[in-house]
Amino acid sequence: MSARQLLAAEGGNEFQAPGTEIFEWGPLWHGAPSWLTKPTLIVALSVIIVCGFFWAAFSKPKLVPRGVQNVGEVGYLFVRDQLARPLIGKDGDKWMPFLMSTFFFILVMNLMGVVPVMQLPAPSHIAFAIVPAAVVYVLMIFLSIKEQGLVGYFRNMMFPPGLPAWLYVILSPIELLSNIILRPFTHAVRLFANMFAGHLIIAFFATVAYWFLFEKLTPLGASLGLLGFVMTIIMTAFEIFVQALQAFIFTLLAASYIGGALHPDH
Amino acid sequence: MSKLLAAAVAAEEGGHGNPLLPHASELVFGSIAFAIVLILVGWKLVPQIQKTLAERTEAIEGGLKRAEAAQEEAKETLEAYKRQLAEARHDAARLREEAKEQGAQIIAEMREQAQEEARRIIEAAHAQIEADRQQALQQLRAEIGALAVELAGRVVGESLQDSARQSRVVDRFLEELEERARTQERISS
Repeated sequence: MSARQLLAAEGGNEFQAPGTEIFEWGPLWHGAPSWLTKPTLIVALSVIIVCGFFWAAFSKPKLVPRGVQNVGEVGYLFVRDQLARPLIGKDGDKWMPFLMSTFFFILVMNLMGVVPVMQLPAPSHIAFAIVPAAVVYVLMIFLSIKEQGLVGYFRNMMFPPGLPAWLYVILSPIELLSNIILRPFTHAVRLFANMFAGHLIIAFFATVAYWFLFEKLTPLGASLGLLGFVMTIIMTAFEIFVQALQAFIFTLLAASYIGGALHPDH
Repeated sequence: MSKLLAAAVAAEEGGHGNPLLPHASELVFGSIAFAIVLILVGWKLVPQIQKTLAERTEAIEGGLKRAEAAQEEAKETLEAYKRQLAEARHDAARLREEAKEQGAQIIAEMREQAQEEARRIIEAAHAQIEADRQQALQQLRAEIGALAVELAGRVVGESLQDSARQSRVVDRFLEELEERARTQERISS
């Protein structure tokens, strides 16, 4: 039982907008291990869905594709032609395993926000956004140093050639800050915040609808409740778009960081 | 009041309350989950489809190349056939020409032979005629001599019995005759 439901039951006579407490989930049942919560269950389910789907699609690939393999190939070609090749280059295909895993894992975790019963995008818990962002960050640093050398990496990053000398005074610290310190945070927080806000908005409109149409049905409030109901539907559709878009953007940035590490000149 | 309650519920459920702070258990769980996806999808399944896609590309390109090769071969075969046909036609024409030449040659040879034969026959006939004439001439000369002597004897009335003198007279006469004939021929020609 969630905190929101608890509140709905004991909230009194005043309308209470949902807050961060809707993201707090205890163990699934009384006495279950503390890590076994609804978010972790959603993540586990996402793992099963992603692995199951690609197992069905790619475990016995045929030269002439049939059924699920077709769908899987469409996904593969989408990630390859929209992300890997444009952002990494000719060697982009080598990074397809990582980009495919990242994109579809995050996509499914995000879409869990609109799946009935689940209705929680897993990256709205920042930990599930930090994990892939951290992997990308470590990968980026490792590849940059491997490809450009430790000194070369920082020189390419902080002192790009062809600028007036005084500009480096401003540019170099900014570049260092944005590349090394802010990048992993923005990467993770962008995903997290979008999922968090989206879930909160849907929860808000759903609560409005529930409160004014069921809890306290009044002639005046009914229209407000109806508006909340319609907005819930509209925002759910919008969230599907945002969830897919954020999965795409997250992977796009990952590919761009990898590409930048491998080919620092552009 | 309800806010306090919410905080209390959150605290009771083990949450931090601050959504920007990750739960340690979720970090661990998320890492394991991501690792599973990376290993299964990234490490095992995606390379399989990459291999299949590469094989498909190769199969299509290979098929096209094979078709191209087959077409090339067919074209070459056709060329060879055409060449052979042209050669055969050329040969036939040459043979015909040769046959014609040979035929002409044979006809020419035959004609020559026939002409030769005709000439030979004519010559033989000429020779025969000449021989016959000579023979007739000889015979005639003897008979004419005898006749002339007999006639002369009768005219003169004396017998010209002396054969030696007789033949001498005849011969002289004949020579004169011949001389006359020759002169006549010379004048006429």
